[in-house]
Amino acid sequence: MVTRRFTLMDVSEKSEASGSFEDLALPLFDRLFNFARWLTQDQVEAEDLVQETFAKALKGFPSFQQGTNFRAWIYRILRNTFLTSRTGLHATATVPLDAEGDEEDLPASTSTPESILLERLDHQRVQQALDKLPLHFREPLLLCEVEEMSYQEISVTLGIPVGTVMSRLSRARRALRDSVQGRVGS
Amino acid sequence: MACELWGAKLDAYLDGELPVNDERMLREHLRTCAACAADALDRQQTKRAIQAAGQRFAPGAAFRNRMEAQIRANAAAPISERIRSSATSVRLGWRWIPAFAAVAAVIVAAVLFAYNRDQDTQLTSELVDLHVATLASSSPVDVVSTDRHTVKPWFAGRIPFTFNLPELEGTPFVLVGGRVSYLHQSPGAELIFKVRQHQISAFIFQERALDGTASNDAASSGLSFGVRSWSHNGLRYFLVGDVAAEDLDKLTELLKAAA
Repeated sequence: MVTRRFTLMDVSEKSEASGSFEDLALPLFDRLFNFARWLTQDQVEAEDLVQETFAKALKGFPSFQQGTNFRAWIYRILRNTFLTSRTGLHATATVPLDAEGDEEDLPASTSTPESILLERLDHQRVQQALDKLPLHFREPLLLCEVEEMSYQEISVTLGIPVGTVMSRLSRARRALRDSVQGRVGS
Repeated sequence: MACELWGAKLDAYLDGELPVNDERMLREHLRTCAACAADALDRQQTKRAIQAAGQRFAPGAAFRNRMEAQIRANAAAPISERIRSSATSVRLGWRWIPAFAAVAAVIVAAVLFAYNRDQDTQLTSELVDLHVATLASSSPVDVVSTDRHTVKPWFAGRIPFTFNLPELEGTPFVLVGGRVSYLHQSPGAELIFKVRQHQISAFIFQERALDGTASNDAASSGLSFGVRSWSHNGLRYFLVGDVAAEDLDKLTELLKAAA
């Protein structure tokens, strides 16, 4: 469905500007796929999602403001495309509606040096914990740690304020840590 | 500063997001406080572990090749050149060109028709999402008023166009309020109407922001929600709600009459 957009659309005129779509988007291909795969948790769906994202980005590229953050822009497209997919709707249906930003009251970490050692850090265990994190935690955590986005970029990508980014990251890390430690204890 | 206060800033410190001054002070503190230093080390290790675990999936070679080829092909040559080169390569002479053009036109039309249908389905589901998100929100409207003379001016300066609202007295509809909504990264108005216990979202966006979607009057449904849409004066109107079809049609008429 989306492939024909590539042949019908023509963005070559844009190429001479300060970065062609190809130059900007292709280096992000692997990372976008990784992120898509984490969101969809399915190989085929991830491919569809990336393909649709590139088609939409290509179509919208003429309206992309050169000099602004292309990475945040295309990640945002990917994420919005995911949210309107069946899997995305299902995943977001479980997002709690509680207020955010009350992070300051969290108790300090209870890790002991022993638990640090135990945690360190079974790759597979962390992957499983990431897999189980609710979407609204998994997204900012991956964008921060794997994509190494700044809080500001994450804020633009997810369309949430920087304060919410910080509180979600904090809660996500805590949830992940609890999940890993829970497995250690069992 | 007490350890608990520094603890709250540790993540931002490790993410490189702490202001320079705070960063310097926190580094000082970590030198002298073993507990906080252990905490920082612990968090740093978690960060590394997530980073390593997160780089997990790679696209298959076939998929990568396909996508790269598509993107490069698109960027390589303007479409007119591609058509010209394929026409000369078959070397069938000029007289065949009208026939090719006709066949090409039919194919392009069919593809565009299918594409537009896809886009319309997608648009419908995006609007239903916006409507559901509004219903689920703890503050569904930003301007709370049943008075159209309050709601309409509220949008001035918030969206790049203006619109008219109908007089609802004597109808079963009540205006609840409005909010700014976004579709395809363009701002528009979302008005929330109530009829009995049901809510209807009326979305108004600029036609040009919805480039590529059908602009004729349409009735459709998505996830059991009724959807109505029409265009007037460069604006595109959408109604989304879980109400009876007659209610949607009635509100459509009222809005059309007011516009």
